[in-house]
Amino acid sequence: MSGFGGFALRRTVGAVVTLFAISVIVYVVFYVTPGNVAQITCGPRCSPAQVQQVAEQLHLNDPLYTQYWHFLQGLVVGQDYSTGTSVEHCSAPCLGLSYQSDQQVTALILAKLPVSLSLVFGAMVLWLILGVGTGVLSAWRRGRLTERLLTGVTLAGVATPVFVIGLVLMIVVCGQFQLLPFPQYVAFTDDPEQWAWNLLLPWLSLALIEAAAFARLTRAAMLETLAEDHIRTFRAYGVGERSVIGRHALRGALAPVIALNANNFGSAVGGAVLTETLFGLPGIGQELVHAVNVVDLPVVVGMVLVIGFFVVVANVVADVLYAVADRRVVLA
Amino acid sequence: MSAPGASGARQFWRRLRTQRAALVAAVVVALLVLVALAAPLLTAIEGQDPTTYHPSLVDSARGGVPIGSFGGVSADHWLGVEPQTGRDLFARLVYGARVSLGVALAATVVQVAIGVVVGVAAALGSRWVDQLLSRFTDVIVAMPLMIMALALLAIVPSSFPRPVLVALVIGLIAWGSIAKIVRAQTLTLKGLDYVAAARLSGWRTWRIAVRELLPGLAAPVITYAALLIPQNITVEAALSFLGVGVKPPTPSWGQMLTAADVWYQAAPQYLLLPAGALFVTVLALTVLGDGVRTALDPRAASRLRVGTGRKREAKA
Amino acid sequence: MSLVNVTDLTVEFGSLHAVDGLTFRLEQGAALALVGESGSGKSTVASALLGLHRGTGARVGGSIEVAGVDVQAASDDELRRLRGGKAAMVFQDPLSSLDPYYAIGDQIAEVYRVHTRASRRAARARAVEVLDRVGIPDAVRRSRSRPHEFSGGMRQRALIAMALACAPGLLIADEPTTALDVTVQAQILDLLHTLREETGMGLLLVTHDVGVAAESVDEVLVMRHGRAVEHGPVSAVLGSPAQPYTRELLGAVPRVDAPRGHAEVPEKPAEAVLEATGLRREFGRGKRAFTAVDDVSLTIRRGETLGIVGESGSGKTTLGRMLVGLLEPTAGEVRYDGHARVGVNPAVQMVFQDPVSSLNPRRSVGESIADPLRARGEADEGRIRGRVRELLERVGLEAAHYDRYPHEFSGGQRQRVGIARALAADPRVIVCDEPVSALDVTTQAQVVALLGELQRELGLALVFVAHDLAVVRQVSDRVAVMRRGRIVEEGPADEVYDNPQNPYTKQLLAAVPALDPRIAAQRRAARRELAVV
Repeated sequence: MSGFGGFALRRTVGAVVTLFAISVIVYVVFYVTPGNVAQITCGPRCSPAQVQQVAEQLHLNDPLYTQYWHFLQGLVVGQDYSTGTSVEHCSAPCLGLSYQSDQQVTALILAKLPVSLSLVFGAMVLWLILGVGTGVLSAWRRGRLTERLLTGVTLAGVATPVFVIGLVLMIVVCGQFQLLPFPQYVAFTDDPEQWAWNLLLPWLSLALIEAAAFARLTRAAMLETLAEDHIRTFRAYGVGERSVIGRHALRGALAPVIALNANNFGSAVGGAVLTETLFGLPGIGQELVHAVNVVDLPVVVGMVLVIGFFVVVANVVADVLYAVADRRVVLA
Repeated sequence: MSAPGASGARQFWRRLRTQRAALVAAVVVALLVLVALAAPLLTAIEGQDPTTYHPSLVDSARGGVPIGSFGGVSADHWLGVEPQTGRDLFARLVYGARVSLGVALAATVVQVAIGVVVGVAAALGSRWVDQLLSRFTDVIVAMPLMIMALALLAIVPSSFPRPVLVALVIGLIAWGSIAKIVRAQTLTLKGLDYVAAARLSGWRTWRIAVRELLPGLAAPVITYAALLIPQNITVEAALSFLGVGVKPPTPSWGQMLTAADVWYQAAPQYLLLPAGALFVTVLALTVLGDGVRTALDPRAASRLRVGTGRKREAKA
Repeated sequence: MSLVNVTDLTVEFGSLHAVDGLTFRLEQGAALALVGESGSGKSTVASALLGLHRGTGARVGGSIEVAGVDVQAASDDELRRLRGGKAAMVFQDPLSSLDPYYAIGDQIAEVYRVHTRASRRAARARAVEVLDRVGIPDAVRRSRSRPHEFSGGMRQRALIAMALACAPGLLIADEPTTALDVTVQAQILDLLHTLREETGMGLLLVTHDVGVAAESVDEVLVMRHGRAVEHGPVSAVLGSPAQPYTRELLGAVPRVDAPRGHAEVPEKPAEAVLEATGLRREFGRGKRAFTAVDDVSLTIRRGETLGIVGESGSGKTTLGRMLVGLLEPTAGEVRYDGHARVGVNPAVQMVFQDPVSSLNPRRSVGESIADPLRARGEADEGRIRGRVRELLERVGLEAAHYDRYPHEFSGGQRQRVGIARALAADPRVIVCDEPVSALDVTTQAQVVALLGELQRELGLALVFVAHDLAVVRQVSDRVAVMRRGRIVEEGPADEVYDNPQNPYTKQLLAAVPALDPRIAAQRRAARRELAVV
């Protein structure tokens, strides 16, 4: 088992390096862009002198590596910002101040994070249950009407963009039949029941498309396992179909499902941005779209890094789970 | 490994032809491409264009609802007009096909080009090159496409031609998985005996790469590219839906959906047309992609079809 | 009542008649071998006995009765009780035949519980008992291991343990030793023999290897194209075959105890073409590093054949690849014609093991053969085609095959193409890496004969790398025996085979199945003695 601990450690170190690389790339890409950040921040009516002053204040005239160094410093030890009249301290994981509101980006993100986490992780539970369940069912009933129906439904699911499902759900459920009110975020700590009811539609919109992908993968992986020699062994020893499917074939699909979950986590986060915008949920996604539209660079960079952090962590967790699920993996 | 032989192309078509769903999908895709290419012609027949405002066709007193039944469907405007602006919906829809398919295809070309170059270089290069490229690929894979695209598209000045930019951004961010696939496949091929035999013949490395390795990459690359195209269509639509992709007045399906939820009662086709177009396009491309994979890797396909087949007899 | 009673069995897959009117019986406690080459339908028969074709689309005709169950008419439940309970099957590849995700003991227990409704505890206890019975040391602990933590031989023992779990009356073994090394094969065959003696169960053995059949059964049924060719007691069928096909089959089987037919001792040793000194090759680094080949020195002379024999993992393939320059040695050097050599040299060619992966599926065989000519700078299309046609005919194919693709050829034909490609470079040395191990025995004999002819005609030096001791003896002037990366014994073939000095060589030779059942019994006794030593 020491090899296993070492493997987990190596993956974690790798993740830190990856995050660092992402931060460099993101920083460089965003601060070397052709747009004039100072001009945009100041507003279209600013005079050249005012723009110059803004640039000075935001340290935009410093060399890039100095700016990045400041940024890193802020992340690790925190930083002080002068906002003209007063000095504000931005403590340890400091992602800078918003150009627009002078708010601390870290605080801004922390405020929005619960909404996005509720959305993504709730939807994940849903898509894993729906997707894997559908996959198992269609592998079990292969060649019959059930399988064909499920195949059709999952294909339709794969082909429908998140925002189309969301739009249709919202119009039909909230607009036409008024079965549910238009979603409004209620914190879990305030009222768990309302929290769940209000997130139901966003969860469904995000989960249905992902569930379709999982159903396809689970079915394919199970059918592939069913064609393997060891399944023939258990059939030749009189083991029933229920156990062959539920115990042996499903076990073979576990590792690919874990891998896909890590792989699709990033795209699900993208889907969450759409869902939040569509349903007006005050999460990171909505804030990101807003920041992008007003070119609030510190907010954009901070959010991309935080989301990147979650994606990388999800990947490490998945890698470790994968190694547990498939012990044949060479721990390297 | 993959489709054998120069007769491979013929076998590929034969196997594709036996799949009814894939054939139907191929026809649908062909029609869509045709519509996209012939967009100017089609709108000329209709006598409209996608950008002209028709204020007289919307009821400004009721907030810009199209005048007339079914959202203003008439002999002049086959599918009605857009709420508020009165722009012709048919014209916007067919021009939207151009943007959707064009951006997706261009993005796929960029992804495949970068992925193949990086993957092959990592597999054939020295240990050091491989390490560097593989780590870099890992970093790229870890960056969530939608988020990065969203952020990148915001900061590039709007003077840059938007559809080209969207294609480039998607292509430059999302080449990681194809690079990984190409690297793995190249490593597999490199270990095959026929590559060793070519080395023993006295050929140089680059010639072996071109003659023996690249043809072996075609099947997995085509399979994966066929999967990427519908994905890219969805991403482009999503970005335009969020208002950072293709910008007005250029029509795009995703962008048309931005305001659709407000008008679904007065002009339902304003919602249904772009949504339906997206759905049909992505569905057809996905089904076609599945068909292509089955035709290129018949072993995977037969594995998926037969539960307990005993085809080992030949080997025993 | 017979244990197995098969009458007029036919199995059809679509238009293919895999089994075509086969009739045989197996009495309680008796042992029968179905022997045949690939495509003879022997494995299909084994599956049909357990009704494994049900629901696969294969059409099964005739009557099958196993342990009193009418397999054709049995309900699904009756069939399930038969499978594993009354008749159990052991498969060829023990790694893929066990579920990689569960502990071996759990898998055996699961099967036991299906048939006995025993408690979990009792089933686990039974699993440990049978694992112990088949000779797995420390069975309690090992029953918690997964298949990949076992060696090949141990896995096959575990599979046999699974078969024993419910004490069936019939054991069906489908190529049970084909994936194993010869010494491990001997152990498994001995185990099967002991188990039969002790439990009195019947054995139906499916094998392509006549020697394996001779070692293990009382009766042989030779199959070809789905039909029975010859059926009778093993000594009669193998000792005095009545049918021409049986004679052909037996004639093609290389004998480990027969000296090479045309061995001529040269008056003086020919000059050396390829010399290896102190070759060493390591793979991996750090803790995972291991040495595949360690301090090997060899000399290959003009016109001679050097056989290199060893079990899997002995380093023989790595050595072969270093000799042709596909792998660079970590230490030591290869000298060609007296000069140190780096990288490949067209004068030293290779024939590969796998006839599938050694030809590019996307290029015509003519183009593959023409490679060395073009690489050498030959540009005249006419001359190239002419030479390739000549080579194709020389290896027993047709000149018109130039434009065909590899998938249009059989395994043996592809191996001929591989030989033609090697010859196109006008080599002086050809290293053959397991050139016939993927082929049927009759095809094998033809390819070996071709290599011999070419060698005499062109004065080639051959290095023949193989795991099959009998084939190596058949072709080699000198033999080197490899074990764990080193050469443990080297010398003239007849000396090494008839009077082995190294204990490992002795062990290897004692493990080779004999064609004569009486000799087989003697060998078994000899193995027991060696094992004690």
